[in-house]
Amino acid sequence: MASISKISSHFNTFLIELGDLSYFTGRFFKEAFKRPFEIKELLRQCYNMGNRSFLLVGITCFIIGLVLDLQTRPTLMEFGAVSWMPSMVSISIVREIGPIITALVCAGRIGSGIGAELGSMRVTEQIDAMEVSGTNPFKYLVVTRVLAVTLMLPLLVIIGDAIALFGSFLVENLKGNVSFTLYFNQVFDSIEFGDIIPATIKSFFFGLAIGIVGCYKGYYCAKGTEGVGKAANSAVVVSSLLLFIIDFIAVFVTDIFYDL
Amino acid sequence: MIDNQNISHSEIVLQIKDLHKSFGDNHVLKGFNMSLYQGENLVIMGKSGSGKSVMIKCLVGLMEADSGSITVMKNDITKLTQEALDILRADIGFLFQGSALYDSMTVRENLEFPLRHHSKKFAKNADTEALVLEALTNVGLAHAIDLMPSELSGGMKRRVALARTLILQPKIILYDEPTSGLDPITAKEIIILMQDIQKKYNTSSLIITHDVDCARVISDRMLLLIDGIDYAVGSFATLSASKDPKIRAFFKN
Repeated sequence: MASISKISSHFNTFLIELGDLSYFTGRFFKEAFKRPFEIKELLRQCYNMGNRSFLLVGITCFIIGLVLDLQTRPTLMEFGAVSWMPSMVSISIVREIGPIITALVCAGRIGSGIGAELGSMRVTEQIDAMEVSGTNPFKYLVVTRVLAVTLMLPLLVIIGDAIALFGSFLVENLKGNVSFTLYFNQVFDSIEFGDIIPATIKSFFFGLAIGIVGCYKGYYCAKGTEGVGKAANSAVVVSSLLLFIIDFIAVFVTDIFYDL
Repeated sequence: MIDNQNISHSEIVLQIKDLHKSFGDNHVLKGFNMSLYQGENLVIMGKSGSGKSVMIKCLVGLMEADSGSITVMKNDITKLTQEALDILRADIGFLFQGSALYDSMTVRENLEFPLRHHSKKFAKNADTEALVLEALTNVGLAHAIDLMPSELSGGMKRRVALARTLILQPKIILYDEPTSGLDPITAKEIIILMQDIQKKYNTSSLIITHDVDCARVISDRMLLLIDGIDYAVGSFATLSASKDPKIRAFFKN
């Protein structure tokens, strides 16, 4: 009986949290189109998030490209299909691996950063100070950050895809003497707009989810340093989970369009 | 400071009537009342957790009261739209207990920040740099204009926060424990600064403090918040001479 009431209480908390998050998202869309627009702060956040995540995304995608090629190559060789390597790698990177890996890296780096930053601003009353000075902290802090991640993530995904493909090319060049022109000719022959566009649209939603969850957790952070830690942690956990759910829905929807 | 006898003749700039606020079963404010007169320094004292900070947050709309009315310069803030409240807030300065400076901005940017959102209050071509410098000069920190908050001491942070409060030239200043966490010498400097500001700009001040010395020096009137109500109101001399044990407890040392 006690366990049922515990489950019910957890479920209740989950639903309340979901409701609050939905309200927060609705408020974001409402405030995003209202003047004044905080362009300077938006550009600063774009620079912070895009530029500072670039190295991490680049290294991760490069390694993913290398590893994917190294691990797939022996199997394709067994079937005498090693010439299919650029096509296989490019489709898997562009459609799935590039966006999800980049988004997960950004959820860790950007999501936790936003959660911790806004959380500490809440705890040290900086958000209250903005509010009493007549500034709209939601617009200045939340809208700019969410927009910045939403805009930057697709760009990072495109750059990450290119770096991952370059990693794969290096393996092909070293192991199979494949030239740069041949490799990338095959890559561009196999990928279509139907691969790139859904992946890019999906990346916008990934960015939106990371931004909204990070800001929500930080903005409503509980008092104290423990609250800041929890905000940063749960921003990463919840947004990572959301990324997979969005990915599943995106693949499902894309599949329907392909069938049509 | 204004003469105690003239207080009743001054205009009321801030008034709270029958304010109630609860958090679950915890009924923090149980019908709190107060009035702040033009040019007056009103000190509010109360035990930790007595609801002083809750009351001051309700005053600026950071918290919503359960019931009661809060009138600031003839505006009932519980009935104002967000836009009207934001405009009114330009006339209310708030000094936070922990200073609440924006970590990622320099001192200059901290002071410029409220100005960007209240440009209507100043002449179109108002020189922002001059306003920032004037506010910093008032608190004796013009040399710290390009420093980051992390490079400032506790006392300097409090002064910069005071300068940020002053930059919008508010008519009312709310101080939430302005001397807490400061050494006695710096605390005294802050109190002197508060007096100077009051004289220079003729502001009305509501000061929440635990510091009896601060209350003695700065208060025109004192209000003791006990058990969620305005338990006693009067001058420092009157209250400190009271025989009521609940009031005596504040002045024991």
